[in-house]
Amino acid sequence: MPKKVHVQTTINGEAVEYLCEPRQSLLEVLRDVLHLTGAKEGCNNGNCGACSVILDGRLVNSCLVLGAELEGKSLETIEGLAEPEQLHPIQDAFLENAALQCGICTPGFIMAAKALLDQNPNPTEHEIRYWLAGNLCRCTGYDKIVRAVQDAAQTTS
Amino acid sequence: MAEKKDYKVVGTRPIRHDGVDKVTGRALYGADFQTVGLLHGKVLRSPHAHARIKSIDTSRAEAHPGVRAVVTAKDFPAVEDKIADLGEGAANVKDLQDNVLAGDKALYKGHQVAAVAAIDPHTAEEALELIDVEYEVLPPVIKVLDAMKEDAPLLHEDMHTDEMGEKSEKPSNIAAHFQHKQGDPEKGYAEADVVVEQEYTTETVHQGYIEPHNATALYNPDGQLTIWCSTQGAFAVRGQVSEILQIPVSKVKVVPMEIGGGFGGKINVYIKPIAAMLSMKTGKPVKVLMSRADVFEGTGPTPGSYVRVKMGATNDGRITAAEAYLAFEAGAYPGSPVGAAAFCVFSPYKVENGTVDGYDVVVNKPKTAAYRAPGATNAAFAAETVIDEICEKIGMDPLEFRILNSATEGDIRIDGPPAPRVGFIETVEAAKDHPHYSAPLEGENVGRGVASGYWPNFGMKSSVSINVTGDGTISLVEGSTDIGGTRASIAMQAAEVLGIPAESVTPTVADTDSVGYTDVTGGSRTAFATGYAAYEAAQDVKQQMIERAAKLWEVDPEEVQFADGVFSSVNGKEQEIDFKGLAERLDETGGPVVGRGTADPNQPGPSIGLHVVDVEVDPDTGKIDILRYTATQDAGKAVHPSYVEGQIQGGAVQGIGWALNEEYIYNEKGEMTNASFLDYRIPTCLDLPMIDAVIVEVPNPGHPFGVRGVGETPIIAPPAAIANAVYRATGVRLKELPMSPGRVLKAMGKI
Repeated sequence: MPKKVHVQTTINGEAVEYLCEPRQSLLEVLRDVLHLTGAKEGCNNGNCGACSVILDGRLVNSCLVLGAELEGKSLETIEGLAEPEQLHPIQDAFLENAALQCGICTPGFIMAAKALLDQNPNPTEHEIRYWLAGNLCRCTGYDKIVRAVQDAAQTTS
Repeated sequence: MAEKKDYKVVGTRPIRHDGVDKVTGRALYGADFQTVGLLHGKVLRSPHAHARIKSIDTSRAEAHPGVRAVVTAKDFPAVEDKIADLGEGAANVKDLQDNVLAGDKALYKGHQVAAVAAIDPHTAEEALELIDVEYEVLPPVIKVLDAMKEDAPLLHEDMHTDEMGEKSEKPSNIAAHFQHKQGDPEKGYAEADVVVEQEYTTETVHQGYIEPHNATALYNPDGQLTIWCSTQGAFAVRGQVSEILQIPVSKVKVVPMEIGGGFGGKINVYIKPIAAMLSMKTGKPVKVLMSRADVFEGTGPTPGSYVRVKMGATNDGRITAAEAYLAFEAGAYPGSPVGAAAFCVFSPYKVENGTVDGYDVVVNKPKTAAYRAPGATNAAFAAETVIDEICEKIGMDPLEFRILNSATEGDIRIDGPPAPRVGFIETVEAAKDHPHYSAPLEGENVGRGVASGYWPNFGMKSSVSINVTGDGTISLVEGSTDIGGTRASIAMQAAEVLGIPAESVTPTVADTDSVGYTDVTGGSRTAFATGYAAYEAAQDVKQQMIERAAKLWEVDPEEVQFADGVFSSVNGKEQEIDFKGLAERLDETGGPVVGRGTADPNQPGPSIGLHVVDVEVDPDTGKIDILRYTATQDAGKAVHPSYVEGQIQGGAVQGIGWALNEEYIYNEKGEMTNASFLDYRIPTCLDLPMIDAVIVEVPNPGHPFGVRGVGETPIIAPPAAIANAVYRATGVRLKELPMSPGRVLKAMGKI
């Protein structure tokens, strides 16, 4: 077994350190080492977006980042979004709009939507669709997801 | 039962009960399951589409550091060549075993051949490369019409055609041929002013659920097996694993985790028995996860098909005769959905003279599985475009033609039984009245098309139990895994009966030891049949609560009535108590109240829809853009309208993907060459407009609230509706799916 790498990083505002194999992806580290299973594996090659997380303010597929690359960086995952007593407005909007069916893609969509609204608080429908095109949903046909993001934009801006 | 009426809970839009877990990432899906001492399994798959397995040597893999066990088909117990009733269609047990781990032959690229358990997934993967399999590569056969030829390579040398009950003399890839016939088709064509006959082909497509298959199994020395997994049916997994491994069902417990999509594809088992076998060998829990490529190459897609439809009509728009020839790829083992296709092909219409022939044909592709209204989309693509051609020839509006020819309750269908009541005319009228249908089409290369889709829906068995909680709420235990919000729609039906808010129900999906037998989440049956069981369980609770109120007031139960959530006595004392108040006083009246309900309803009530689509076709690239989309559907009674709309929208978009670009692409060796989400491209949100879902409600007489299943129907119409729109835009009729840019340009004569 390859020698493990020691990583010190920040996840959802908290200092975290872990050991990982050099070949382990960030998605594997999140799920198997840190037990943060909100990021999902749908394809493991960057096509589906179910593992979306925000790394130093930028939306990435965690299956395409190595766990060892997190050294000194700051990561936001779905687990860090809600306050103890209050969901994030995007999470509320997904529930109010019934924007999920099976829910496997939902954490990825919510992280992608957050990254969008962080930099563009008032996106057009086309901008939402363009931004979310890296996240696949097979259940909803996207209609209610787009509406949820529109609603969340209204609430947060 | 089931007159059209308003309800207090049914028809409202509460937040789903599992919602917070699912938007916070806390909901645990199969792959999220963790336990101590876990080993990880990986599966070796055949690189060949068709090959004899001459030998498998696992010794180098077994010696690899970190490897704990290796299994092959030799580790299976012996089974009889028998058909097992698995509660969800019957299946040959030998075929089931052979599909899980190939015996003498690998029958498709991706066929599971051996599996390894090791200390981590990477070590297991390394060990797969150390398994030595000697193959004798055989010529593959990939397309249904090729497989039907007399000189085609045979998948199963001992398979003979079931030719309408008789076994053929020569072995063949055609597993079965059946025929339905009504009236006198020749007479019908003679009465016709116009006859249209066309041939259509469709390619293999996948359900494309985002969550790959997964399983964790633990076998204890006392013979008890537990499997944690994502599945459409915990009891279906129990039944299949029990047959494949020859373990009594009572020794198999299946714990359904949350499931990330299924659409029919998560009923059959692939890696669940393998995880169990690896756990039996190691004594440790073993987790097996599929990759996306494994899912495409190794799990059941829906068949490619060849369909020929002929239809005759008079100039005033009456269908006089129709026939369909349906040849479906079953994949490597018999059992395509050609039967359902034959049922659905002309179902919306009154056809007095007709024949339908169905062929079930094996090819070197993964054994097909159910996919949302299995078979119906292939059939409707043909029938609904032939109808469009007839309408064009006789100069009739395609919606008027459908209203004129709609089957009405009691009409005899081609396959024999009378047609049940369904709101076909109502959905067509809804489309006609929708502003979309009369909106002007602007620009060049644009066109509007319509098509309908029909699905019979299924009933099957469900169980529900309800515990009354002292604070006036109830916990509801059910066996239907929740793929799209059915916890809510089932809970709402119990809440309606008990006069409590939807939020006062806590629904739980239980394991196979903790709830009564429940069939799969499939066949559009869950809100209908498990909802029916919840209704029955709530009725049981209501009756017991009436008895408790009677005890409290020292009156006869007959003197207690229940309406709008309030129990009251009719003995002149004018006492009343609401559900919550009575729940608080259970300890005074005899202790806990537990209600139970089971259902096996025989009138699921079909569902039907009419879709309208506007497209623009780029004449230079052949790309089709969806400009506007409206889908109407008869839901009987929409329990939670948001999730009914979601089913309609999601189904329509799967149909759009099937229509425009989804297909398994094969090379001459029979290898799928596009086994990724990059190359097998499902629709993204950038490919689509909003999908306008219009719910029509014609109550189903077979359900207390009039519910009809809604999940499957919306996938059926899109390919035909889009093909009809493309014709209006380009003057070219497309007869092959998918209508990808290359095929469009070819049909337009541009390449």
